[in-house]
Amino acid sequence: MTITETERIKVLVAKLGLDGHDRGAKVVARALRDAGFEVIYTGIRQTPEQVVEAAIQEDVDVIGVSILSGAHMTLMKRLMELLREYGADDIPVFLGGTIPVPDIEPIKRMGVREVFLPGTSLREIVEMIRQAGLERRKRRGW
Amino acid sequence: MTDYREDFLKKLRDKVEKWERETLPKSLSRYPERMERFTTLSGIEIKRIYTPLDIKDTHYLERIGLPGEYPYTRGIHATMYRGRIWTMRMFSGFGTAEDTNKRLKFLVEHGETGLSLAFDYPTLLGIDSDDPMAHGEVGVTGVAVDTLKDMEIIFDGIDLGKVTTNMTINPPAPILYSMYLAVAEKQGVPREKIGGTTQNDPLKEFIAQKSYIFPPEPAVKIAMDLVEYSVRNTPKWNPISISGYHIREAGSTAVQELAFTLADGIAYVRHLVERGHDVDSFAHRLSFFFDSHINFFEEIAKFRAARRMWAKIMKEWFGAKKERSLWLRFHTQTAGVSLTAQQPYNNIVRTAIEALAAVLGGTQSLHTNALDEPYRVPSEFAAKIALRTQQIIAYETGVADVVDPLAGSYYVEWLTDKIEEEAWRYIERIERMGGMIEAVRKGYPQKELTEASYRFQKEVEEGIRKIVGVNIFTEEDEEEVRNVPLLDIDPNEVEERQIRRLREVKRGRDSARVESTLNNLRDAARRGENIVPYILEAVKAYATEGEIMNVLKEVYGVWTEPIIY
Repeated sequence: MTITETERIKVLVAKLGLDGHDRGAKVVARALRDAGFEVIYTGIRQTPEQVVEAAIQEDVDVIGVSILSGAHMTLMKRLMELLREYGADDIPVFLGGTIPVPDIEPIKRMGVREVFLPGTSLREIVEMIRQAGLERRKRRGW
Repeated sequence: MTDYREDFLKKLRDKVEKWERETLPKSLSRYPERMERFTTLSGIEIKRIYTPLDIKDTHYLERIGLPGEYPYTRGIHATMYRGRIWTMRMFSGFGTAEDTNKRLKFLVEHGETGLSLAFDYPTLLGIDSDDPMAHGEVGVTGVAVDTLKDMEIIFDGIDLGKVTTNMTINPPAPILYSMYLAVAEKQGVPREKIGGTTQNDPLKEFIAQKSYIFPPEPAVKIAMDLVEYSVRNTPKWNPISISGYHIREAGSTAVQELAFTLADGIAYVRHLVERGHDVDSFAHRLSFFFDSHINFFEEIAKFRAARRMWAKIMKEWFGAKKERSLWLRFHTQTAGVSLTAQQPYNNIVRTAIEALAAVLGGTQSLHTNALDEPYRVPSEFAAKIALRTQQIIAYETGVADVVDPLAGSYYVEWLTDKIEEEAWRYIERIERMGGMIEAVRKGYPQKELTEASYRFQKEVEEGIRKIVGVNIFTEEDEEEVRNVPLLDIDPNEVEERQIRRLREVKRGRDSARVESTLNNLRDAARRGENIVPYILEAVKAYATEGEIMNVLKEVYGVWTEPIIY
């Protein structure tokens, strides 16, 4: 990968829901930044509405969501619905957090690209987000 | 000056030198060491062996001493667990009040000796269950509490005169405390008899746990209102649990956990002294809460150093005179962050080792994590194994039969000194910034944590830090993970049930009384009075947690944190 092509990829790292466990989100945000991405970190306690609004306003290429409160089913469903409503469902969405294995398939069926469980390496996360971001850029004719 | 005779030290020095010249190279050539540098989890470099030379300046009488005596390095009580085993306090709570009431009774039946309530996020943040922000979160990570009615149900059939209860609650701590008081009153238990703890530690919320609501200064003021009220009215209650646990879980090192926790404690003591209280009138009610992580000896050394440092701070900085004012009494929880989602049954082993470290470190009470906690609030099955782990340590291993058995270990004493020394450096830096309230406002500890956690993650990925099932001895098959029986809760059903009750309570209460108690609270807060008596009145009128918090937010404002990563 060249620095110039990742440099253009813009990622929204969002803490959706009420939990304050921001270590994972911040570590990922930092790793993305170090890899040359443009990163916007929302801070904690975001609602699905706020995340979608930020994604559209900032015209991001990828949304990375972090949830460790157990509310992922309700919150992700709402987030994906809103993205569709606003015609922004071409933005690939990733989810990270303490997600029980049985919940992964239903979440993917909502349209979430990938679920990163605890223990996923930063390298893997960065690489998948890079791929997804580049694909979206290509689709939009960059 | 040293406790050792000079001629002995000289002989020992010669012997060590000879060993390094003759014995060591032979061994090294046959068995090269596994790593070039060995470090603790906090990054403290560890030597190959430790001898009296490493602790020759640690004066036994002054620095180590005897248990139950200053500086309490060896424990706050003379007999420790020979007299009484630590309190086995399992953090629990989920769903609605009925679900939690059932779980508490289950744990008590299986030998738990102290209750500990976990609340859901809306409750932790002072949001009612019918608030749109609460959607999807009601009863998920803990029990939902909106009004006194919920607390009445949680403790139905549990005599508050006989149990002690920890409540992990921070900005709304005075509300939950008032509810507990009101339940006790209804049960006919006198105030002087109720025992337990409210976490009520606002500074670590800004540093780590992030369930802050008010800005730092009013947050400390409100928390200290509760300390002031509790010391006068509920002499057996611990109104604050100054917590390193969350700081550690958010990615700090052991040294940072220790230093930031004590610095928080210093800020609270200072605030209360500035309010005009004699330090000996409240210091004995301050309690602490630490993490017990997986790096075994480092944790034990941290607990021992913590006691010694706090005793010195209270005695020398604040001039405390009563013995109890010098005690660092603490609760420990094993490290949730050390548990892995992969090969989850290994978590039982991790927790057992961490629990052992807490016991060897002299904890007063202990929570052991359940194997399924990387996923969800524990199932009954998993919670029981966790409790049994403590019982095995207490009754089978014999470690509880002797006080502070690791004292005198050259390594442990050296590490205790080293951790203390590094922690003092942090405390001094924070003091120079003007204390922890200022440091938090500037984002200093937040930044330190961000750096430490990023460094740790990098080390895991580079294989410098090894985690079984994560970066070594990994398995592809996820069957084991899939087969862990998880607690089955339907959040939608819980939310509906909870909202229904909230509406019923609101319909049944005297709304004029609610309004007048809330107005009285607002006025008292504006006048700068202690707000706890007013909150108690509002709680008794069945005002909701959200209604009370909204009044306080009006008066004190809300905090938005600087974003640092």
